[in-house]
Amino acid sequence: MSPTLHAVIAFLQTWWVELVSGVVIVAVVPLITGYMVLMERKLMADMQARLGPMRVGPHGLLQPIADAVKLLIKEDIIPDDADKMVFWLAPVVSMTAALTAMAGIAFGPAFEVARDINVGLLFIVGVSSLGLFGIVLGGWASNSHYSIMGALRSTAQLVSYETAAGLALVSGLLMAGTLNIRAIVDAQYSSGVWFGFLTPVAFFIYAVASIAETNRAPFDLPEAESELVAGYMTEYSGFRWACYFLGEYANMIVVGAVATTLFLGGWLRPFPRVHWLNWLDAVPALFTAAVGVYCALRAGKQPVRVQVWFMWAVALACFAVALILAVPLAVAPLKFMVPGLNGAFWFLLKITGYIYLFMWLRFTLPRYRFDQLMHLGWYILIPLAIVNVLAVGVAMILEMEYGWNRWLALIVTTILTLATALFLLRLNDKRAAAATSAVPPEGPATEDSYAG
Amino acid sequence: MLDKVIFFFFAGVAILSAALMVTRRNAIHSAIFLITTLLATAGIFLQLRAEFLFIAQIILYVGGIMVLFIFVIMLVNLDVALHQIQFSRQKWVALLVTLALAAEVGVMLWSSRGIPGQGFLLPNAAPASQLPANTEALAGRLFDAYLLPFEIASVLLLVAMVGAVVMAKKRT
Repeated sequence: MSPTLHAVIAFLQTWWVELVSGVVIVAVVPLITGYMVLMERKLMADMQARLGPMRVGPHGLLQPIADAVKLLIKEDIIPDDADKMVFWLAPVVSMTAALTAMAGIAFGPAFEVARDINVGLLFIVGVSSLGLFGIVLGGWASNSHYSIMGALRSTAQLVSYETAAGLALVSGLLMAGTLNIRAIVDAQYSSGVWFGFLTPVAFFIYAVASIAETNRAPFDLPEAESELVAGYMTEYSGFRWACYFLGEYANMIVVGAVATTLFLGGWLRPFPRVHWLNWLDAVPALFTAAVGVYCALRAGKQPVRVQVWFMWAVALACFAVALILAVPLAVAPLKFMVPGLNGAFWFLLKITGYIYLFMWLRFTLPRYRFDQLMHLGWYILIPLAIVNVLAVGVAMILEMEYGWNRWLALIVTTILTLATALFLLRLNDKRAAAATSAVPPEGPATEDSYAG
Repeated sequence: MLDKVIFFFFAGVAILSAALMVTRRNAIHSAIFLITTLLATAGIFLQLRAEFLFIAQIILYVGGIMVLFIFVIMLVNLDVALHQIQFSRQKWVALLVTLALAAEVGVMLWSSRGIPGQGFLLPNAAPASQLPANTEALAGRLFDAYLLPFEIASVLLLVAMVGAVVMAKKRT
């Protein structure tokens, strides 16, 4: 008994940070996901000149919790002809993959679960790609035509766009020279510029491919509600459906974190090496304080007493966070906390910006047709990504071996890549024109929508 | 102690799901158990501090090849054909092959017993902090000492890819 107890205590002493972080991820991510949905609904309402959810809590702030409770107490339906085991397994796989991938993300220099793993970025990308099995197996197990169509589309889409995303990541990683997350951010610190500006083409390709990988509009073909009811989730309800939803939104956080780490400077503030901009270190505290002041001002205008109190509570929470962010700036012995706290702030701000872009695109662009999606992936993005990898490699060689200025080398190669992109687009137009002239208009069925 | 627990967990999962993979009648279930086997093997790689192999196994085998397997299984209705041919009774051939394999593994373990540090139990492995960074070490070997075989393998794969595209293209 005693040696076992000792072993357990030793185990806890070694690994308590990781264990606590794991529990925090599992506990907090569903909450964040709920508020992402609220943010999305509010943004959609704003862009469509509506108010969005307003009833539950002030400005609908408690709506996610109400939704979660509703999903938990909803009847859980399993179709009679479904494959029970796989039907049960699929949403769990989807959610687990997304949450596990989160273990590799570093939310700032002080907040990392899997500390300094050698293959950090690949770990995140590889594990989050396992979420695909949740979609495929769920679609298959439901034993429904809509579901299996959604699953097939999803497989084809994700396999295609993962290639493009991987090649785009290679372009960025060439400059970082490592897969370790901390080293990637350090490389951006020492080069003084975010890699997104050095390889804009790779960043663009990754942004497009990551939208397709998270099944977001305009690439939400696997769950296109006007064609497939809800795609692979058609037969799912209640908690299982919530698992899928959680996985999908957690995946958005994951791709946002990958893009932020590699292309947007990770947890670095803007211009990390320009010293007269050091006042930017105070921005996190000021920002949260400003949000708190705004909430306090709005509190008096709430229609119901409870909502007034709630708004004050939100304002006080903001002030508390602002205080936590501000105290290390002012008190000298706590200075060591500044990089960690501010880093987490900037990282989360960048991820939020990236996710905001996703949502903005969703409300702006119409959905692609499936063959258009495949054409974009295979005929444009993948060749462009390959050319870009070559171009970035050439730029690195020019810089290291021939002493070119880094910017000059990269600008020349980027222009070359963009010329290739124009060439590819023209080629694609020609191909499309040839296809339309060759195929009689009443026979569109000759188009193989799963080609590739 | 912890190392042993982790190793036997992954090894047990790998062997158990490999057995289940063979015995399931449903092709999708077999594929799921194959995925489990591959993941457990990846876990063993990770425990051996071969991080790059671990993630390559997950990305390539699980995330790439198995997805295509499942894709094909879903597209092609294998139920009828599989039930007819799956449990063909070639007991004696199977027994012979298994025995031969077991003998081979046994001989290998037996002969490696005398070499210090090379047997199947590693009593004093180097601690993780003293190992070189895995990805860099692997890349150094691949692109330095074994550059030519690496390039030949790449060209082989490229040829296969081009061949597949040519064969799949519509003949007009």
